Amino acid sequence: MKIIFLLAVLLCPGLACAGKTSDAILERGQLACGVSTGVAGFSAADSKGEWRGMDVDFCRALAAAVLKDPNKVRWSPLTSQQRFTALQSGEIDVLSRNTTWTLGRDAGQGLVYAGYIFIDGQGFLVHKRSGVMSAKQLDGAEICVQTGTTTEKNLAEFARASRIRFKTLMFENLRAVLKAFFSGRCQAFTADASALASIRANDSGKPEDYVVLPERISKEPLGPVVRRGDEDWFAVVRWTLFALLEAEERGITQANVDALRARSDDPAVQRLLGVGEDVGKPLGLDREWVYRVIKAVGNYGEIFERNVGPASLLQLPRGINALPRDGGVMYAPPLR
Amino acid sequence: MMARLKRRAWLSAGNLALGILLLWAGWHLFDWAVLQAVFLPDASACHALEGAGACWGVVAEKYRVIFFGRYPLEEQWRPLLAIFVMLGLLGASAIRRRRGRRLALLWASGLTVFLLLLKGGLFGLANVDTPRWGGLPLTLMLTVFGLGGAFPLAVLLALGRVGRWAALRALCTVFIEIVRGVPLVAVLFMAAFLFPLLMPKGWDIPSLLRVLVGIILFAGAYMAEVIRGGLLAVPKGQAEAAQSLGLSYWHVQLSVILPQALRKVLPALMNSAIALFKDTSLVIIVGLFELTGALGLAVDGDPKWRAFALDGYLFIAIIYWIGCFAMSRYSRALERTT
Repeated sequence: MKIIFLLAVLLCPGLACAGKTSDAILERGQLACGVSTGVAGFSAADSKGEWRGMDVDFCRALAAAVLKDPNKVRWSPLTSQQRFTALQSGEIDVLSRNTTWTLGRDAGQGLVYAGYIFIDGQGFLVHKRSGVMSAKQLDGAEICVQTGTTTEKNLAEFARASRIRFKTLMFENLRAVLKAFFSGRCQAFTADASALASIRANDSGKPEDYVVLPERISKEPLGPVVRRGDEDWFAVVRWTLFALLEAEERGITQANVDALRARSDDPAVQRLLGVGEDVGKPLGLDREWVYRVIKAVGNYGEIFERNVGPASLLQLPRGINALPRDGGVMYAPPLR
Repeated sequence: MMARLKRRAWLSAGNLALGILLLWAGWHLFDWAVLQAVFLPDASACHALEGAGACWGVVAEKYRVIFFGRYPLEEQWRPLLAIFVMLGLLGASAIRRRRGRRLALLWASGLTVFLLLLKGGLFGLANVDTPRWGGLPLTLMLTVFGLGGAFPLAVLLALGRVGRWAALRALCTVFIEIVRGVPLVAVLFMAAFLFPLLMPKGWDIPSLLRVLVGIILFAGAYMAEVIRGGLLAVPKGQAEAAQSLGLSYWHVQLSVILPQALRKVLPALMNSAIALFKDTSLVIIVGLFELTGALGLAVDGDPKWRAFALDGYLFIAIIYWIGCFAMSRYSRALERTT
């Protein structure tokens, strides 16, 4: 991976190979969006091959902003090994693929995170009959882990920091881990809490027999990534994210966006929907871009509800991903 | 006498026990795979089975993505037709009567139709870019075009390596040893990600084509060594006799040496072909969703169905097995008749 990045740097000084990303997108008539090969609720193909999920909706929002059509997206399903290479090489314009924002990835790889769209954290799933209420009680327990991610490392760091010992059982893929955990080969299964919640709801057979422990042993802010060196495109991606949050804060939804645009006399709403002060120009977009985004995918809260919220298959509570007024950390600077 | 009778009795008792065991296992398999199985796309019925039967419902629900990968929904009759075109070509070649020029013509037109169906852009068919090709047509395409490219390459490499010119010999040897020295995954990774960085700006060779070339080089290097084995097994006298008749180098190779050499290594060549057929599943790492990858794409991100991924894998395992078995029968038939 490092070698590919170095080569990319050598061959395209400043990593500006693709030129101005926005221009390239307009010329192509499609946004090239990197997604996962199948993570429930974030990006996954449905039975008809249609892409669905939060990360998917974010790319649709970007396409609505830049190309005025949420369907003008070219999806590139990427494995976790491929994802950064695909972005570095210019194959995709934005990586929207539940990727954790860390220092190492944000600096030094020619990439930059535009923000976070979902905050996750590593947790534990246990059998209820074990009576375990806290991760600290897992001293000496056998823990199922899926290899190849940062999960093992986080687990080891947690064990060291809290002076307890685990026996880890490693498995190559999710199916194998689930089989091992549900058949009782290990007392706990550790993964990102969003994944644990969806596993408890869908794969356990009896959700009431399992508990997700309260501890979060890692910080996993997931967000869209772009190439370093194209500040204009970076700003479009970042402010599209903020616009989704701002729309939720102002109560603008997919259903009422037309009515509000016609009638609202709140200057902040007018600005957002393109009838007041122009908030498109600084980004190189037209004044109605936020209107199109909300019309296409709804506000952040709607995206959350539709894909991962309590009514979806994942059944996740809003929690830390709520707006600040509801006790969350999803804060958007003012769009003006 | 007694001892022999005793052994006979033991043997038949053993046979009986084995027979009963097989019958028992066969019955349970049948019960699991057919009688208790769920064939309709009903996830709750599948969950209710709790493993007592197979959940073929996962295939019924996800067949579009499994068979055609990311191919656009409304155009999926095209890859379906393409599958039948390819199977028709393979079937027609397996019938022993068709030979030579007619068969070549059939293949040329068949493959053109196959590619036209998938790619479109002509005769009112909408254009579908190669990254969206997937599923069974992609597996068939990579296997057939891979073998079609690798075989001539392998013949040339093998001839080069046993030939008279030292420089060419060295070149072929170095190529074969380098390609055989790296895993296919690395070749694919280089073709998909490193190669574009080295290309001049504005050149855009589709990833599928790059990957196909990678597969051809890889399979070519392996098959070259198989064919070289065959070349070395042809007695020297054959070439000398042919040369003394005044035949040219290529004439000697094509009419005298290669036919004998290839016949000797037919089983090993078929081995390589079968391996290649299954190796195509590795292209998932560069973002191409052939049959295996398409199954992952279909079930991994769906909490409702991912519990039955194993049933899905069993289903495509049957498809792979049918392919491999057909290839092996074809090879046996060739061995008998040539």
